[in-house]
Amino acid sequence: MNLEEFRFSFREHRGAFAAAAMFVVIFALFIAKYQTGWTVPVITTAANKGVLLAIVAMAQTLPVLTAGIDLSVGMVFVLANCLASHLVVGTPAQAALGIVVVLAVGTLCGLINGLIIVYGRLQPIITTMATGTIYFGLALALRPVPGGGVQEDLADLLTGAQLGGIPSSVLVLVAIVVLVWMPYRRSTIGRAALAIGSAEGAAYMSGVPINRTKVFAYALSGLLASLGGLFLTFITYSGEASMALGGSYTLSSIAAVVIGGTSLAGGAGSAIGSIFGSFVLRTIGDLLFVFDLEPLWQPLFQGVILLVAVSLGSLQLLKLRNRLDMFK
Amino acid sequence: MTNLIFRLQKSGQMPVVAAALCSVVLLLLGSLYSSNFLSADYLLLQLQIASFLGVVATGAMLVILLGGIDLSVPWVVTVGGVMSAAAAGWWGGAGANFAIPFGIACGALFGLVNGIGVAYLRVPSMIFTLGVNAVAQGLVVVRTGGFAPQDRATPAMHLIATGRSLLGIPNALLVWIVIGSATVFLLHRTMMGRAIYAVGNRERAAYLSGVDTRRVTLLCFVIAGACSAAVGVLLTGYSTKAYQAMGEAYLLPAITAVVLGGTNIMGGRGSYLGTVVGVVLITLLQSILSVIQIPDMVRQVIYGGIIIVMLLIYGRGRRMAE
Amino acid sequence: MIPLFRIQGVSKRYSGVRALEDARLECGRGRIHAVLGENGAGKSTLIKVMSGVVIPDAGLIELDGKPIALNGPASASRAGIVSVFQELSLMPDLSVADNIGITNPPRKFGLIDQRAQRRLAEQALAQVGCEDVHPLALVRDLPLSRRQMVEIAKAVARQPKIMILDEATSALTAADVQRVFTLLKRLRDDGLAIVYISHRMSEIEELADDCSVYRNGRHVSTFTAGTKTPDEIVEMMIGREVSHAYPPKPASRGAADGSGQKVDDGKPPTLDVKHLSWSGRLHDIDLSVRAGEIVGLGGLDGQGQREFFLALFGVLRGVSGQIQINGKTISVDSPKAAKQPDIGIALVPEDRKTDGLMLPMSVRDNLTFAALDHLSRAGVISFADEVRATSDMVDRLKIKAPDVDEAVGTLSGGNQQKVVIAKWLLNAPRVILLNDPTRGIDVGTKQEIYLLLRKLADEGVAVLLYSTDYAELIGCCDRVAVFFDGRIVRWLQGDEMTEHALVASALNIDAPA
Repeated sequence: MNLEEFRFSFREHRGAFAAAAMFVVIFALFIAKYQTGWTVPVITTAANKGVLLAIVAMAQTLPVLTAGIDLSVGMVFVLANCLASHLVVGTPAQAALGIVVVLAVGTLCGLINGLIIVYGRLQPIITTMATGTIYFGLALALRPVPGGGVQEDLADLLTGAQLGGIPSSVLVLVAIVVLVWMPYRRSTIGRAALAIGSAEGAAYMSGVPINRTKVFAYALSGLLASLGGLFLTFITYSGEASMALGGSYTLSSIAAVVIGGTSLAGGAGSAIGSIFGSFVLRTIGDLLFVFDLEPLWQPLFQGVILLVAVSLGSLQLLKLRNRLDMFK
Repeated sequence: MTNLIFRLQKSGQMPVVAAALCSVVLLLLGSLYSSNFLSADYLLLQLQIASFLGVVATGAMLVILLGGIDLSVPWVVTVGGVMSAAAAGWWGGAGANFAIPFGIACGALFGLVNGIGVAYLRVPSMIFTLGVNAVAQGLVVVRTGGFAPQDRATPAMHLIATGRSLLGIPNALLVWIVIGSATVFLLHRTMMGRAIYAVGNRERAAYLSGVDTRRVTLLCFVIAGACSAAVGVLLTGYSTKAYQAMGEAYLLPAITAVVLGGTNIMGGRGSYLGTVVGVVLITLLQSILSVIQIPDMVRQVIYGGIIIVMLLIYGRGRRMAE
Repeated sequence: MIPLFRIQGVSKRYSGVRALEDARLECGRGRIHAVLGENGAGKSTLIKVMSGVVIPDAGLIELDGKPIALNGPASASRAGIVSVFQELSLMPDLSVADNIGITNPPRKFGLIDQRAQRRLAEQALAQVGCEDVHPLALVRDLPLSRRQMVEIAKAVARQPKIMILDEATSALTAADVQRVFTLLKRLRDDGLAIVYISHRMSEIEELADDCSVYRNGRHVSTFTAGTKTPDEIVEMMIGREVSHAYPPKPASRGAADGSGQKVDDGKPPTLDVKHLSWSGRLHDIDLSVRAGEIVGLGGLDGQGQREFFLALFGVLRGVSGQIQINGKTISVDSPKAAKQPDIGIALVPEDRKTDGLMLPMSVRDNLTFAALDHLSRAGVISFADEVRATSDMVDRLKIKAPDVDEAVGTLSGGNQQKVVIAKWLLNAPRVILLNDPTRGIDVGTKQEIYLLLRKLADEGVAVLLYSTDYAELIGCCDRVAVFFDGRIVRWLQGDEMTEHALVASALNIDAPA
C-alpha cells in the first residue's frame, strides 16, 4: 500500500485510528505509573478480560454497521457460556463437538434475530430486547444455578500464555480478526452491510440485496457472541446464567463500539476499532486504580471518562457552518 | 371481523386495543389458576405496583416519542431514592419535607445533563444516557460509600408509596394519575406536545418551521430524569430504605410497555393511553407469571415471546418504513 | 426492426392519483430517445417503471421483442437496464470505487478484488472524462457535480444495453455537460439505446434522435427530433399556449441595472441584502426586493441559491454582510428568529417530504405548525382557533384534502406543497423564499401556485423564487438574478429574460450583445 492509498484508508478508518491512539495513550500512562509487576500472569489476566469484551464488541459491530443494533449479544454470550459448561467437556473430540454445537446455537440465535427484523419488519432495538429475554431464559434452563465445567486442557491453553509471554487470548483475537472479520469486510456481503447502513435507499436502487445482507450480519454477530461466551467458559471454568453479566456486556459492547469510532447511524466503522474501544474501556478502570484514585471515586470517574470519550466527536460541531447539518 | 381489524390498524389504535385485550385474557387465564385474580383487592394492588412502572414509563415515553431512548433510568432512579433519603437525614424535622422535591430535583439535574448531551452535543441518546447512567452510579457509590444506603425514608414518602388516603385508592396510583394527566395535557393540548411529535417525526422539518427543537429535546429529558427519580423516591418510601440498583428492574419493562402500547420506537407516534395499557399489561404479566409456579426460565421465554408476537400482530403501521 | 426496448399500456396509480395512464415508449438500438414533459407529467414514474423500482398496475415491458417482468432494481440491472436518477444512488460513506463496483465487483478467491475494482473505476471515470476524481475518495467528500459524474460513471461501468438518464446534468458545469454529451453520443454510436429525460430544450435539441412528450401521465406524441418547433413542443407539454401558462405581470418597474433602486414611493425595499458572504460558498451578494415584486434566482443547481436562502432564514452560521427588512437592519440566528412578527421571513424548502412536512402527522397539525404561537395562549393551543385557521387556509389555497385529520402524506404532491405554503402564510410573512416549489407537481397545481405568488406579491409580500425551470423563472418573475459559483453574475429583467440568456449566464458565458 503506497502513501496515497494509506491516506484514503486513514480517512475511511479514522475512528479506529483514534481509538487505537486513545488506547496507546492510556496504556503508556499505565506503564509509566506501574513500572513493576508486569509478570506474565498479570498480563495474561488483563488480556483475557480485554479480549472477552473485544469479541462481544466485534459481535455488536456487525449489526451497528447496518444501522441496526443488537441488545441480545450479552444474553447470547451468557447462553453460550452455560451451554459450553455442559458440552465442552470430556475428550478432545467431545469438546470439539461441543464447541461446534455452541457456535451453531449462537449463530442460530443471531439468525432468528435477523429473520424477525427483516421479515417481521420490526425495529432491531425492540426485537433484540425481547429475544434477549428469551435467550436468557434458555440460559437459565441450562444453568439454574452456576456450575458445570470445561475441558480443562483446552481452557488452560487458550487462556494462558505462549512463547514470549504473548497471551493466547490475544492470538485468538487476532485469529478471529483474520479469519472472520477481514474476509467479511472484503466480501460483497460485508460491503453491502456498510452500503445499507450508509444509505439504505440508495443501496436498494443499486441492487444491493438488503434482506440477505441484514440477516447474515445478525447471524454472524450471534456466532461471535457465542465465541465470546465460549471464551468466558474457558476463563471461569463454569457456566452461570447471570442477567447482570449479560446486560453489562451488552451495554459495554455498545460503548466499546462507539469509542472505537463506529457510528451508531451505520455505514462507517470497523470491528478493529471496536477492539481498541474495548481495550480502552477495560483499561480505564485499571488506570484509575494504578493512579491511586480512591476506590470510592473510581466508578464515578469511569463514568465521566466514558461520557467525555463519547462526546469527543461533538467537537466538530464547533466547525459547523450550516446548522441544518445537525439534524438528520 | 377482518374489516374491524383493518379499521383498527388504520386508526392506529390497534396496539391499545390489542394490549387491553391481552390484559383481560391474562386476568381470565389467571383466574383459572385462582379466583383471587379477579378480586378488587388484587386489581388495586396491581394498579399500585403498576404505578411505579407507569411513572418511569411516562418519562421513557416522552424520550421515545422524540426518537431517542433513556438508558440512564436504572441509576437515576437510585439517585432519586438515595438523595431523598439523604436529604431527610441532613435536614431533619421540617426540612424533611423538602426531601421529596430534592430527590426529584436531583433526577431532573441528570435529565438536564442527558438533554445537553443529546440535544446540544448531538451525541446519540443511546450512548450518552448510558454514560450518564455510569456517572449516576458513580455518584451513588461515592455517597453511600459502596454500602447499602443507611438513610431512611420520611414518613411522607412512606405514606405516598404505600398508603391509601383517598377512597381506598392507593396513593401511588394517585401520583401516577396526576402525572399521567399532566402528560396527556402536555402532549395533546400544548405547543410543546405538538413539537415533541414533530421532532420525533422529522426534526429537520420542525427546525425549519421555526421550532427550537433542541430545547424541546432538553425539556423531555429533564422530565424523564425527574420521573425516574420520583420512582426512586416512591420505592424508597415503599421499603423505607433505598437500595443499590433500584431502577434496574424498570428500564426494559418501561420501554417494552411503551412500545406495546403502540408508541413507535423510532419516535413521532404514540398515545399515552397506549402506554397506560402497556404498563398494566406488563405488570399483570409479571405478577401472574411470578405467582404461577413455573420455572424462572419459562417465565423469561414467555415474557420475551409475548412481546415479539404482539409486535408482529400490530400490523404495518408499527413496522419499519420501506 | 424490433426496437430494443418497448413498453406499452403501462399504468400506475398512487393512492388515487393517476401517475401514468397507458404509457408507451419504444427505443431502438443506437438511438437517443428524449422524454419531455412538465413536472408531474409522469416522467419520473415512467423511469421508475423502466428501472424496476416501481411495479406498474398494468402494461407490458419488452426487451428485444420478448416480454420481461421487472420486480426490483436488481432484476432490471441483470436485464442490462441501467438508470441514472435524479436522487443519486451513491452511498456517501463508501469510496468512489466501492460505489461504482457495488453491484457486481470483480472477485478473487470469493472476496472483492480491490485492485481490479479500482482499475474498473478508473476506466469508467476516464470514459466520463472525470479523471480528477480519485477512485479511493469517499463520496461524501465530493462536491455535488463530481457526485453526479460518479453516478454516470457507475452506470457506464455496468455495461448496459439500455441507459436511462433522469435530469442527470442538473448540477454539472458546462465542461462536464459537454463531456457527458460526447459520451452519450459515443455510446449511442456503439449501439446502446438511451432514454434521456430533461425539461431543457437546449439539451434535447443537441442530443435527441427521437422525442416523446408526456402530459398529465399520458403519452401525447412521439416524433423524430427536428420535425417540431420548440413552440409546438412546449404547447404539447403544457397543453395550451405558453402565454396563458403564467399570470400577467404588472408593468415593469426598476432601473436598467435590475437592482430595483428606482423607487416609486420613497419606501425602502422590503428586503435589502448587502455584501452577503458565507464560508467561501457565497460571495458579496447584493440583492433587494420591493414589496410587490417576484424576484427569481437562476443558474445551475448548486451555485449557492439554496445557501443564500438558508442564510436569509438564519440557518447558516458565520454569515457576513447586512440584511435589512423595511430599512431596519436585522440579524437572524435561527428559523425561529426569522419567523418572528417583527422580521417575518418564511422559507418553503425544496424537499417538502423531508424538510417541509411531517408526513405522518395530520394536515391540520402540519398546516398550523409554524403559527402555533398565534393560535395559543400561554402555550396551550386553542383548538377552535386552529380549526378555523386551517379551514380558512384550505379554502384560500383550494387544498384538496378530504379530511384534515388524515396524515398529510396521503395528499398528492401538489396539495402537500400547498400545505407547506399555507403553513407559512398563516404567519403573514413579509418575505417569502421559495426553493423550487413546483418540482414534481402536476400542471394544474403549478398554475394555482403561480397565481398565488402573484397575488401575494400584489398584496405587498416580497417573493423570492428559486427554480431550475427556466420557463417558470421567465413566466413568473419580474427580475432574475443568475447565480454562478456563489455570486450573482447577471441580472435579467423584462425582455432580457429569455431561456437563451438564462442558460448563457448560468454557464457564465458572455451573452452576445
